[in-house]
Amino acid sequence: MTSTTSVVSAPIEVLRPPVAPRRSAFTLLFGDLASAGITVATGGLLVLAAPKMLEWAIFDAVFVTDDPRACQGAGACWAFVADKLRFILFGVYPPEEQWRPLAVIGLIIAGVLMTLSPALWGRRLVLGWGLIIGAMLALMWGGFLRLAFVPTSSWGGLPVTLLLAVLSLGLGFPFAVLLALGRRSAKPVARVLSVFTIEIVRGLPLVGLLFVASILLPLLLPADWTIDKLGRTVAALTVFSAAYLAEVIRGGLQGVPAGQDEAARALGIPYWKTVWHIVLPQAIQKVIPPLTNTAIVMVKNTSLVMIVGVFDMLNAGRSAATDPAWPAPYAETYLFVAAAYFLICYGISRYSLWLERRVRERDYR
Amino acid sequence: MLTSLWYSERARSWLMQALLLAAVIALFSWLAANTVANLAARGIRVGYDFLWRPARFPISESVIAYSPADTFFWAFAVGIANTLFISVLAIALSTAFGLVVGLARRSRNPLAAGVTGAYITAVRNTPLIVQLLFWYALTTTALPAPRNAWNPIDGVFVSLRGVFLPQLSLTGDVGNFSGLGVAIIIAAAAALVLGRRAGLRLRTSHVVAAALVALTVAALACGIDISATRPELRGFNFAGGFRVSTEFTALIVGFVVYTSAFIGEIVRGGIDAVGKGQWEAGRALGLSERQTLGKVVIPQALRIIIPPLTTQYLSTVKNTTLALAVGYPELGLIVGTVINQTGQAIESIVIMLAVFLSISLAVSLFMNWYNRKVALVQR
Repeated sequence: MTSTTSVVSAPIEVLRPPVAPRRSAFTLLFGDLASAGITVATGGLLVLAAPKMLEWAIFDAVFVTDDPRACQGAGACWAFVADKLRFILFGVYPPEEQWRPLAVIGLIIAGVLMTLSPALWGRRLVLGWGLIIGAMLALMWGGFLRLAFVPTSSWGGLPVTLLLAVLSLGLGFPFAVLLALGRRSAKPVARVLSVFTIEIVRGLPLVGLLFVASILLPLLLPADWTIDKLGRTVAALTVFSAAYLAEVIRGGLQGVPAGQDEAARALGIPYWKTVWHIVLPQAIQKVIPPLTNTAIVMVKNTSLVMIVGVFDMLNAGRSAATDPAWPAPYAETYLFVAAAYFLICYGISRYSLWLERRVRERDYR
Repeated sequence: MLTSLWYSERARSWLMQALLLAAVIALFSWLAANTVANLAARGIRVGYDFLWRPARFPISESVIAYSPADTFFWAFAVGIANTLFISVLAIALSTAFGLVVGLARRSRNPLAAGVTGAYITAVRNTPLIVQLLFWYALTTTALPAPRNAWNPIDGVFVSLRGVFLPQLSLTGDVGNFSGLGVAIIIAAAAALVLGRRAGLRLRTSHVVAAALVALTVAALACGIDISATRPELRGFNFAGGFRVSTEFTALIVGFVVYTSAFIGEIVRGGIDAVGKGQWEAGRALGLSERQTLGKVVIPQALRIIIPPLTTQYLSTVKNTTLALAVGYPELGLIVGTVINQTGQAIESIVIMLAVFLSISLAVSLFMNWYNRKVALVQR
């Protein structure tokens, strides 16, 4: 009797998808007409532009000189940036006191290093940042322990840029959480107020908010309240970052399954405890990449304070470049300032990529 | 009775909301009271009467006619027109350029992908205002004087004083021709919209071709001739032709370079988000790579691209306020000048905020409508 059963004795080999053929560099560059066209166009542009740029930036450039007249040539004047480095980094902060802003930069770097590892995230880190911000402000102001008092009008340069970024994000975050919760709340008053605040702030350009803060705020507050320009700017940046962070956090809240909230309520946990211990930690972990994106946007946005006359790094660079002794080295100064911003922002974006990969690998929940 | 009210969730919720509302109202009335007191102390009268007084300050360039004898109202209108003009120009150019950047970024050509990758990284990680100031510095320091102006194409001169282009002008019966032209364009648009609605299968390209033929016939009938006045060097500057200021050039270059990088990333993200199976299916059907991209992938990517693109357009409109950093008279600069001249800060800032809120609202309404139009029709 012939058996009609078909028993598979060995597993059928899984067919792998066909391997895409490896292409040589030549095929990639000149494989077809369009590709060749692109290569020739891009390559031609590079060949035309690169030598001129290199000539300006390196070969014809003046790197070291004390004499501004040496910079009259065709190349870049990096010596100017070196000469004005202290001014660009610290603005008009009293020169003999400039170790203080330097220490502030050190503190911020220490804080950032502390924040890098997700293992350290927790209440202690928040407390640590609070201490760092307090120490930074105290160092900048002085007026105690024989530290000379320095008014905010003399602050300037990189510490101001970093302080604005850290303060606006740090102060904006709690407001953002409240706004995001309000927007998702079932209570109509809270919801309408949050939606209005978020949408109005997001519909306005930051320059408009800075105008409001620098021109309208003194009119809105009692006449004997004097908030200096830096404080008003921080207020505008805080409101701005709160609205944008709120939308990011709202995205995270939407990603937390409703069962979490319901389970907490079934266990009799009060609303705020549910939010603080159960919903928010999960929501924030879901939106780490867009949060770092918002951080980058806010670092870049601090440069707009120049428009209302706050002396940040960009403004310091710009006024350094007006020195009539040097032959208008604006392009060099802006390239230097841009490089400083690039280091910060690119650093944050690489970190965010690393974090994202880590979260995906470990399923960090 | 009272304890049951105290433990009732609804009663508590309403109480909390009433308190919140009361707090917000109290805050606003406090601000209003402060403002009234401050304005009285400074002797400022609030009101929009000043809009009808002559502005008496110059505006360096505008897309609609302006002279210092015009009213403040008109000065604001000029600012709004300039803002809209640079917004539309920046958005249109960046969309076209950004599409190319996005496609080049994910092309297999390593040279194109590498160059666009470096460009996107550099531009996205530096602030726009620094870039604008950089381009402005380049146009004001690196460009040659009018005497040795750079002359890339015949009739076009690039110099410190701006970019000079040949000015085109029409001669002949221009009045009748423009009337006819407008009529033809309206007719073509009406044919497209109404014809579709009536169920006629009109091809857009056919209607456009017909309109072009009609325009040519109209031009011939009216004896229209196009003549160009070329810019000529006279003394230290150019005369004749059409001048584009250095501020404007720097601005447009800066906005387009910046926004294109963002749009490029949006385009790339949208195309990457379309499943790999779609490419493979296209290949299996015998479509070429380019056909697959154009007929299969991009139509689907469009749906993914539109929401982030809307956000990008909105931020581009808001970003135009940075033009005031290089001295281009957009709305923000006009508002600043008016506040300096008149002290009418509240009114001017309210105008600025109202304009930007309406633009934001209009753009998002339009893009939502467009998004619905291209969305998948689900049964």
